[in-house]
Amino acid sequence: MFRDAWLMASKDLRIEWATRVGMGQILPFGGLVLILFGLAISPDLAVAGSDGRSLLAQAAPGLFWITVLLASLLALGRSFAVESADGNLDALKMAGLDPAGIFLGKSAAVAIQLLALQVVLGLGAFVLYGPPLTDLVLLLVVVILATLGITAAGTVYAAVASGLRVRDTMVPLLVLPVVAPVLLAATKATEAAVFGPLENGWSWAMLLGVFALLYAGVGMLAFGPIMEES
Amino acid sequence: MTSTSSKATYVIGWAAIVALASSLLFALVLSPPEVSMGDSVRLLYLHLPTIAVSYLGYGITFLGSVIYLRNQSVFWDLLAGAAAEIGVLFTAFVLITGSIWGKPTWGTYWEWDPRLTATTVMFIMYLGYLAIRRMDLPQEVRSRRAAVIGIIAIANLIIVRYSVQWWRGLHQGQTLGVDTQLDGLMLFSLFLSVVAFLFLGAWLLIHRFRVAWLERQVEDMRLARALNERRGEAGDATLGGAVS
Amino acid sequence: MVNLSGAISLIGGFPALAGVDLTVADGEIVVLRGPNGAGKSTLLRLCAGLAHLNGGTGTILGHDLSSREQRRRIRRETGLLAHQTFLYDELTVEDNLIFWARANRADPSTVEPILDRLDLGGRLRTVKISALSAGQRRRASVAVMVCRRPKLWLLDEPHAGLDQTGRDFIDDIVRHAVRFGATVIIASHDHERVSNLATRTVHLVGGMVTGAEDGREEGQNVS
Repeated sequence: MFRDAWLMASKDLRIEWATRVGMGQILPFGGLVLILFGLAISPDLAVAGSDGRSLLAQAAPGLFWITVLLASLLALGRSFAVESADGNLDALKMAGLDPAGIFLGKSAAVAIQLLALQVVLGLGAFVLYGPPLTDLVLLLVVVILATLGITAAGTVYAAVASGLRVRDTMVPLLVLPVVAPVLLAATKATEAAVFGPLENGWSWAMLLGVFALLYAGVGMLAFGPIMEES
Repeated sequence: MTSTSSKATYVIGWAAIVALASSLLFALVLSPPEVSMGDSVRLLYLHLPTIAVSYLGYGITFLGSVIYLRNQSVFWDLLAGAAAEIGVLFTAFVLITGSIWGKPTWGTYWEWDPRLTATTVMFIMYLGYLAIRRMDLPQEVRSRRAAVIGIIAIANLIIVRYSVQWWRGLHQGQTLGVDTQLDGLMLFSLFLSVVAFLFLGAWLLIHRFRVAWLERQVEDMRLARALNERRGEAGDATLGGAVS
Repeated sequence: MVNLSGAISLIGGFPALAGVDLTVADGEIVVLRGPNGAGKSTLLRLCAGLAHLNGGTGTILGHDLSSREQRRRIRRETGLLAHQTFLYDELTVEDNLIFWARANRADPSTVEPILDRLDLGGRLRTVKISALSAGQRRRASVAVMVCRRPKLWLLDEPHAGLDQTGRDFIDDIVRHAVRFGATVIIASHDHERVSNLATRTVHLVGGMVTGAEDGREEGQNVS
């Protein structure tokens, strides 16, 4: 299973490298969303009782995670679009790859792409919204765990919607309610890491970890039945 | 079967009407206002049964999905789908009536309390499930994928519930707590409403299931006809083709 | 090798196969002939373990088509060549071959000689699939199939879109495969060319077998 996962992940990453969709299209999209938030929320509004921080800075964690979620929808859709073309899903079935391995491989590839995106988008959020930073370690842990959770859950639902012409509208409908808890926990934990105080931050991070583990397990079990066409 | 009514649905239907009428009476008139909440406790008699039936519906979806994956039974597949529709209907009802009631009672159409937020996310989640059931794929594929999601959805429910609870637990929120004082007549009113809504839910479920069953039968008949036509093609070819 | 009795296969509710009886013995080259929409592609997909058996019975390579577990084994041991390339457009010939060889648990070191034999070595190795001509793409798909060494070859219109050299190439590959113990089923409209290859021809119309002939001997009906 791990062998198959590694095979799928390296293939997906190689395709990404060859086409540069992540860097060339999804990243600019993410940056655009960050900027649009700035346009929609005036940077001059201040929030009472937060050391004169602007509304934008105060909301930065949430806005960042919404941007990441939207970018992940694109990345997930793309991950399966690659397989739907040219009958490759059939070819994967013919090859007899372990479905759990395919799941792990594909979600790992998307996760790696997302993490790379978040480095840039995170810097963008800091620059555009100007929040402070209290605990970098917590922030990094949160980013990694939340990304793993989003991609694990997202891969399952993107697979359910694969092969459909309406895939691009189904994936958001299926994925977003499911990762709402991740958005919640990640925002709360990021707020702790960015503004302090830290107490709850690590508990939220733990919730993220649980979610990621849970959905990794769900994905490995559910991928077989989902992929089996008949 | 050409109609979805039967003796059973007549009985249940009338039982539902009677139960609903009497629970209305008890809820609005006969039961007393609650000690701390006053008359706004009466909302409980509407909301609790509705959301309870909703959960029951999602539970049936879960059960049906599990059984369908085991033995490919058409009955359980269709039941899971029908139950989810009923669940979604009742959840929508709760959300809308809650919102309408909320304005005069608490001053707002919406409260970010954990229960309400989690319920809304759950509502959208099952809308997604229903969308899967309508996907443009061969029937077995559709049913199998929907069943998998129907099972996972329960885990999602728990996660959403828990995380939203925690999220709002850190803030003060105005919630409709069930830990208020309920006794005697009020408990009875609640019980009566639950029974009434169960009858209503069951009646709707049976009808919806039967409609789905009939639809499936129509598909089967269409298939049988298509099979015959197809064989006709082959027949024509052998008749008209070269006989050497 | 292949044993179908009254096989029914539904594609999105439509009975593409409405009761197919077909027996194919080891080492045969069977050609499927029939009008468009007759169900040839579905029949090949059924033999590959990709299409669902909705009625009737069938065994491929001794495995039962109605069992999900055994269908998996069928997929491993059969090879399908269709109008889809089963290749990743964005990757090179070499990358595709290595990926598919590994995915199919084949030895990646066999990729080199196969590429050379199929005239895909040298410059073409590092070209992306999307930049290849139709004939080259077909050769790359064949290369993947050769790597897998399937016992049953299922070719769906393999000559379509190819020039003379390309078509000759396909014929050579088929003869070569059979010499090494494979069995081949080809669906084709190219009657002349294919009747030179076939040991038996089967006619498919409206999802059912309507007749069969031995090899090149036209006019002999073996139903």
